[in-house]
Amino acid sequence: MPEKTTVNPGAVAGPGTTGDTVDLAAPGVGAAAVEAAGGPANKPRSLGQDAWRELRGRPMFWIAGALLVLLIVMAIVPSLFTGADPDHADLRNHYLGEPQWSHLFQVDWFGYNKQGQSVWARTVYGARASIIVGVCVTFAVTVFGGLLGMLAGYFGGWADALLSRITDVFFGIPLLLGALVLLQAFTNRTVWTVTLGLSVFGWMQLARVMRGAVITQKQSDFVTAAKALGAGHTRILFKHILPNAIGPVIVVATIALAGYISAEATLSYLGIGLQPPAISWGVDISAAKDVLRDAPHVLLIPSAFLSITVLAFILLGDAVRDALDPKLR
Amino acid sequence: MGRYVARRLLQMIPVFIGTTLLIFLMVYSLPGDPIKALFGDKAADPATVARLRHQFGLDQPMLTQYWNYLTGLFKGDFGQSFTGRPVADLIGEAFPVTIRLALYAFAIEVVIGVALGMLTGLKRGKFVDQLVLVLTLIVISVPVFVLGFLAQFFLGLKWQLITPTVQDSMNLGQLTVPAIVLGALSLAYVTRLTRTTVAENLRADYMRTALAKGLPKSRRLGVHLMRNSLIPVVTFLGTDLGMLMGGAIVTEGIFNVQGVGNTLYRAIQTSEGPTVVGIVTVLVLIYLVSSLVVDLLYAVLDPRIRYA
Repeated sequence: MPEKTTVNPGAVAGPGTTGDTVDLAAPGVGAAAVEAAGGPANKPRSLGQDAWRELRGRPMFWIAGALLVLLIVMAIVPSLFTGADPDHADLRNHYLGEPQWSHLFQVDWFGYNKQGQSVWARTVYGARASIIVGVCVTFAVTVFGGLLGMLAGYFGGWADALLSRITDVFFGIPLLLGALVLLQAFTNRTVWTVTLGLSVFGWMQLARVMRGAVITQKQSDFVTAAKALGAGHTRILFKHILPNAIGPVIVVATIALAGYISAEATLSYLGIGLQPPAISWGVDISAAKDVLRDAPHVLLIPSAFLSITVLAFILLGDAVRDALDPKLR
Repeated sequence: MGRYVARRLLQMIPVFIGTTLLIFLMVYSLPGDPIKALFGDKAADPATVARLRHQFGLDQPMLTQYWNYLTGLFKGDFGQSFTGRPVADLIGEAFPVTIRLALYAFAIEVVIGVALGMLTGLKRGKFVDQLVLVLTLIVISVPVFVLGFLAQFFLGLKWQLITPTVQDSMNLGQLTVPAIVLGALSLAYVTRLTRTTVAENLRADYMRTALAKGLPKSRRLGVHLMRNSLIPVVTFLGTDLGMLMGGAIVTEGIFNVQGVGNTLYRAIQTSEGPTVVGIVTVLVLIYLVSSLVVDLLYAVLDPRIRYA
């Protein structure tokens, strides 16, 4: 496909934007595509523009996008949604208060937890940790796994053998298990520690996908042409191969993002992720499990928000996959 | 075939050594002194600490410790936990429970997943297809521990259909709900994967040929379609058994199943290095063996793949 090789740095996710996590990548591509749409009709569309045209027509993409925008706003400015202080605990009045379903967006909308803290306020403030961890882990594993995969796929030979064996070694340890063992060593865990723990054991799949994509692209005529013209390894890799190999990587990364959010909550729930002064859905669910019999809403509400967040990212991932990978349609 | 198996077995050796070394280094070289932890809040007597360190070999260089561990493994010796019990005992106690639970979950996801996948793949776009798609999407979105609590709350506490926690970890009946929770995520993946490949292969030339030859429907779907559609599913299932054993940490915790997950979780929390390393070693072995089995199954499922 010769037109794919027209490298349009704005439209195709180039080296600089590789890590721009997925929710940002799609609109970014979109902005360029809208500009290009006004251009001459015979101008070939790039992969990114093609994907955007696909995405625009999908209701699922818009539903997921709207949910995600809402959740991201919630993570950035939680005070927009609730005036209550999530740390304010008042045992006197509100011990395990029942939810007041008619008090929309009020402090006692979803009742109070064991400590007399507003469940609604804590749920709103809990979005931040999940989204930061999910986005940052995805960024880290895409950059790291992507680079390793590129090197292994492009250079082949012993570099490939070595890097592939290292990937195999890490693959032998399940994500949750590895993160548990690693994070146990840290006594003060923040979102960044959890991000580190999940990144160390999360990059392998992306490395394999990138390696496969690079190997396919390496044999293309345009790479031979670039070589014949005297382009260096860096130029060939980042200007010629990467823009054409990035598609499947973005797809896998978007879908994996949902998994990292789920993994963060699981770690916090197990007591080896974020710790109680920090507000996170996993921490709250863990604290609520002891009162499941008496006050199920304290557990069910953060669980529902967590599941909806994961769902939104999965829907986005599905939409991006369908747009970028026409074979799977 | 024989040569291929030999080569694959040889390839497993560096991966096994690498993975166990990685876990070993993580467990023993990260901060936190397990011997001091044995004393709890009390001040530790330096002479006793030194003696215990020597007893567990912690005073030797890291690589020597690892070498001793590795050579011990070949004699079936997993070392001793800091409380003095042989780790092999702990493993022998916990693994039968978890293997039972994991195989149960595995059976559920294979049987129901493939059946649902076939059904939806054949009836693509129909109501049942849409319904199953939405249901699997929901299952994929709900984290396993939330699913576990939902099951515990509704089935155990509200409707009292099951006991909220498992009383007898070897009782298959009581393990049913934990097994469903454990296998639910993979069940959803298996369903979606089977659906995609079935729908794709339905349009394949060989299916048309089979129809033109006048083969009965059972043979077309049961042999021609199934066999080809199962290749990616088998790949997924191969890595899945290992994942199920890992996922048992959460499920066993919620339902109080006395298996590997529970033991491992406690060992991680109390910095019981030898126990963690021992259990993870067995998990890695299971993972490696199941991925080998998958590679061999390819040859059975796809005659085009014949390893020279």
